[in-house]
Amino acid sequence: MTLGLINANPIVHAKKERVARCEDSHCYFVRDIRDPEHPYSLEQLSVLSEESISVDDKLGRILITFTPTIQHCSMATVIGLCLRVKLQECFPPHYKVDIKVSPGSHADEEAVNKQLNDKERIAAALENPNLRQLVDECLYSNEL
Amino acid sequence: MDLNDEGSHFELKEIQTLSGHTDRVWSLAWNPATGTDDTQPVIASCSGDKTVRIWERSALTRSWDCKAVLEETHTRTVRSCTWSPSGKLLATASFDATTAIWENVGGDFQCVSTLEGHENEVKSVSWNASESLLATCSRDKTVWIWEVMPGNEFECASVLQGHTQDVKMVKWHPTMDILFSCSYDNTIKVVWAEDDTGDWHCIQTIGESSNGHSSTVWAISFNAEGNKMVTCSDDLTLKVWEADIEGMRSGDDQVLWKHISTLTGYHDRTIFSVHWSREGIIASGAADDAIRFFVESKDSAVVGPSYRLLLKKEKAHDMDVNVVQWSPGENRVLASASDDGTIKIWELATNST
Repeated sequence: MTLGLINANPIVHAKKERVARCEDSHCYFVRDIRDPEHPYSLEQLSVLSEESISVDDKLGRILITFTPTIQHCSMATVIGLCLRVKLQECFPPHYKVDIKVSPGSHADEEAVNKQLNDKERIAAALENPNLRQLVDECLYSNEL
Repeated sequence: MDLNDEGSHFELKEIQTLSGHTDRVWSLAWNPATGTDDTQPVIASCSGDKTVRIWERSALTRSWDCKAVLEETHTRTVRSCTWSPSGKLLATASFDATTAIWENVGGDFQCVSTLEGHENEVKSVSWNASESLLATCSRDKTVWIWEVMPGNEFECASVLQGHTQDVKMVKWHPTMDILFSCSYDNTIKVVWAEDDTGDWHCIQTIGESSNGHSSTVWAISFNAEGNKMVTCSDDLTLKVWEADIEGMRSGDDQVLWKHISTLTGYHDRTIFSVHWSREGIIASGAADDAIRFFVESKDSAVVGPSYRLLLKKEKAHDMDVNVVQWSPGENRVLASASDDGTIKIWELATNST
């Protein structure tokens, strides 16, 4: 972990009222993922919203877009990893997941998107114990 | 011949599914010394479960069984495996940054050497035709060339630093000591050393400006003659390249590989593997769980070679297809492996209707 936070002062929003929609329930799981640097959820930091996730159950495809809090966010790849691991838990294994930063939200958009979706790089990253620990903290932290 | 008959109907028949790995299967390799008249075919496979499995088809039952599990050597995913041309040695490349060399000692596979040096995950390993050289590549952006010495000793002959990103695959030319590598940097590099100088250097970089790929290049495969190669990419295309083989043989290092065809519109997700059969059929394995076959099309309306889709096998696996490899021994027999943890043996047959 870097010593200085990438974004020390993120804008925090109140948690939204949840309307219970059974078919969309899986979407809620990812919104509660904790930001790697702050004790707030990705939803509270407006990194993710309802519009961020589209699921095609027929084809078994998921597209998720997220908005890093700042343009040069180096935590984008970590957030991407967290999203992927969480989605793997919520959906059957044959679902294909594409993760992107929302257009215009990151200075190296193309480079980040490429890394977020390189299966081999993702597999290797998740075998890195330090990175895995960080991901686990974001996913399973009960600070929320 | 039926490949040229556009009216011929092909189907991909499933012969057997090989289960056993407990994580995705990244790659596999047919032992080139087996599968002929008096030997049963053997396949090595490698997986995210950190093991390598050796499979052999029984002469009696014609059924494939797992003969060995090579474990407790690699400490992370084993990403690729390849047999030496003589079939005596197996090289395995791992995310643990090492390459292991295995020898079959009386039915028991032993790790006889471990190649260290890469800074992080090793992605691919390749033997040259004469078994005198080995090449490895890594996310550390380098390609290493190793000399095979007596007694299973390996000496690093060169560390090549041309790629600007993760190198996905290395492949020696089928007959000449020319090394090819492809990368996350979207390029393919051609490397050789003049005579026995040991001075390995890059003689060509095939990038976007030479009609090259616009995203990660995952694999390279040569045709039987060695004058053409096909590459596959995250850009959803296959590209075919050609070079003057006679020029290469006479030691001309100015010989360049030229683009001759791009197969576009056939894949809608990343193509991880491509393999050119001796007979000229190109097989591809992709992230849409399908296997596709292409052959050269004798279309007189098009100037130069073009390729047509022979067959698309949808749902060949339940998940991404990571590798496709033609059998070296039997005609039109293919093996594939997937994120679903299985290996499948197939036969490309013509419908007799």
